[in-house]
Amino acid sequence: MSAPLLAIEGLTKRFGGLTAVKDFTMEVEEGSISSLIGPNGAGKSTVFNVITGIYLPSAGDIRLGGVSIVGRKPFQVAAAGIMRTFQNIRLFAFMTVIENVMVGEQTRMHATPIDSALRTPRAQREERAVSERAMELLDFVGLSAHADEWAHDLPYGMQRRLEIARAIASGPRVLLLDEPAAGTNPVEKRELMALVRSIRDRGVTIVLIEHDMKLVMGISDRVTVLDHGEKISEGDPQSVRHDPRVIEAYLGKGA
Amino acid sequence: MQARVRLPLGLGDVAVWQALGLLAIIALFVLYPVVDRNIGHVSAVADAGYFLLLVFGLNIVVGFAGLLDLGYAAFFAIGAYTYAMVASTQFNLHFNFWPMIIVSGCVAALFGVILGFPTLRLRGDYLAIVTLGFGEIVPQVFLNLDKYTGGPNGISNVDQPVLFGYHFGFNPVPYYYLYLVVALIALVLLNNLRRSRLGRAWMAIREDELAATHMGVNPVTTKLLAFAMGASFAGLAGCIYAAKLTLISPDEFNFSVSVTILSAIVLGGMGSLLGAFIGGLLLALLNFMVLPQVTNWTHALGVALHNEAIQNADLHYIIYGLILVLVMLFRPEGLISTASRRAELHHAQPSTSAAAAGVK
Repeated sequence: MSAPLLAIEGLTKRFGGLTAVKDFTMEVEEGSISSLIGPNGAGKSTVFNVITGIYLPSAGDIRLGGVSIVGRKPFQVAAAGIMRTFQNIRLFAFMTVIENVMVGEQTRMHATPIDSALRTPRAQREERAVSERAMELLDFVGLSAHADEWAHDLPYGMQRRLEIARAIASGPRVLLLDEPAAGTNPVEKRELMALVRSIRDRGVTIVLIEHDMKLVMGISDRVTVLDHGEKISEGDPQSVRHDPRVIEAYLGKGA
Repeated sequence: MQARVRLPLGLGDVAVWQALGLLAIIALFVLYPVVDRNIGHVSAVADAGYFLLLVFGLNIVVGFAGLLDLGYAAFFAIGAYTYAMVASTQFNLHFNFWPMIIVSGCVAALFGVILGFPTLRLRGDYLAIVTLGFGEIVPQVFLNLDKYTGGPNGISNVDQPVLFGYHFGFNPVPYYYLYLVVALIALVLLNNLRRSRLGRAWMAIREDELAATHMGVNPVTTKLLAFAMGASFAGLAGCIYAAKLTLISPDEFNFSVSVTILSAIVLGGMGSLLGAFIGGLLLALLNFMVLPQVTNWTHALGVALHNEAIQNADLHYIIYGLILVLVMLFRPEGLISTASRRAELHHAQPSTSAAAAGVK
């Protein structure tokens, strides 16, 4: 078996006296869909925030393709090939839909500030390529008809999809989705899960945070369960579903 | 299907009527000094040129990158003093004006970075306070370094530009055309920047800094570039300003200058290029042409009525303030604005960027 694309080893994150994540280990295979589930406050988002460089881990290591990315700033983590979405949508509200996606392509662009100011032929070529690719991505997530609207004006479900399009615009190796289906209706949920699958089929490895167990069961290759900052179960969806410790964490003792 | 033409300089495709309108506006500005032979008027419109450059520069910092800068006049001062110190009788140095335009811009840009660096972590109110302080410090430094800057008297006998043997002198017309050329170049650059990698990075930082950094935008270089490029516009405006006036002193660069520039941006419509242009032009003409005239009228009225109170009344700032208040009451989004900015300000619906961070 090949080495995992993303490896989290012995990750601990403390905030003062509170240990949000404790000795957490997780391996993500290239081309897989992994889910990180757990009740509210289990530390799932903290794991994402440590991976993407918002927080420094108190202990442990995170490796992407065998290279440690601990200590890198968020924009450097993005450049290394890890992109993310946010639990509460964080779009650039007063930029157009296509501009939002084009910001996602920053890391693959090479135009210098001088190129930008003078609109050199090189910059023009790049702009064309980037906007064409952005348009193609909008098509992929079904938003091409809204390319020139403000992100702010899109309905909620479309904002979710735009955020995903923005996150995959740079062609990341790993995509971290933080509750992509939160607040969407059952139809939108199904569409989103289909979208996640087709993104995986484009060669992007996916890690998904979700606390809706049913939702992740159908889509995940592997499920990791966090409770109170500790991993309590891990495996394929079927075995995790029947793990008594998971049932206890979700439903309480004696359920 | 409407006929469209492709404009040069990367201005993009526009409808024919828009291209003709643009051409007509440029022609209007080119012909203005030929039509209006009143030297005082041409001089006032030329002064609108430096003001417009300041508005364009601050528009990068405030409008594009969303960094509230209340001390922007400091960079104007730095540009003006940079030229005045090396092209006057102050040190008996007489550097050529033309390269000094660029040098002044670069010196101001350097100070933009110096101001930008310690303020990188600040936003909104906190950034405004620090920049306000910077704007107060710089004129004070020029005031107190009297050995080099002439202190409160400033620097006089600043060299006037010479182009191919033609002396600009005190005739406002050549300065008018110089400002026109520089302002047009500035507009093209700004228009390019707005639709570029860097322009989008600025706007992304303005909308949501955390999300922007996760998309690969380096917040440090992006913000420093905004401060530097914004300041460079003020620097070169200062250089031309000093050459036209031939005399500069620290009190010309006080807080009210920074506020007037900022109000032009707010009046025109934050972040909009056309808004910056129209807001800047309107405020400049109001301040340099219309309102001084109003004061003359009230003075004459007071003399006619033998009323000393009316005679000495200076209505300049009362009317100016009233206009700003009225615009903000009836068009809080500015004269030129986007539809959704309007929606935001009139209905105050929660926007996605206002949502609390996904960071705990």
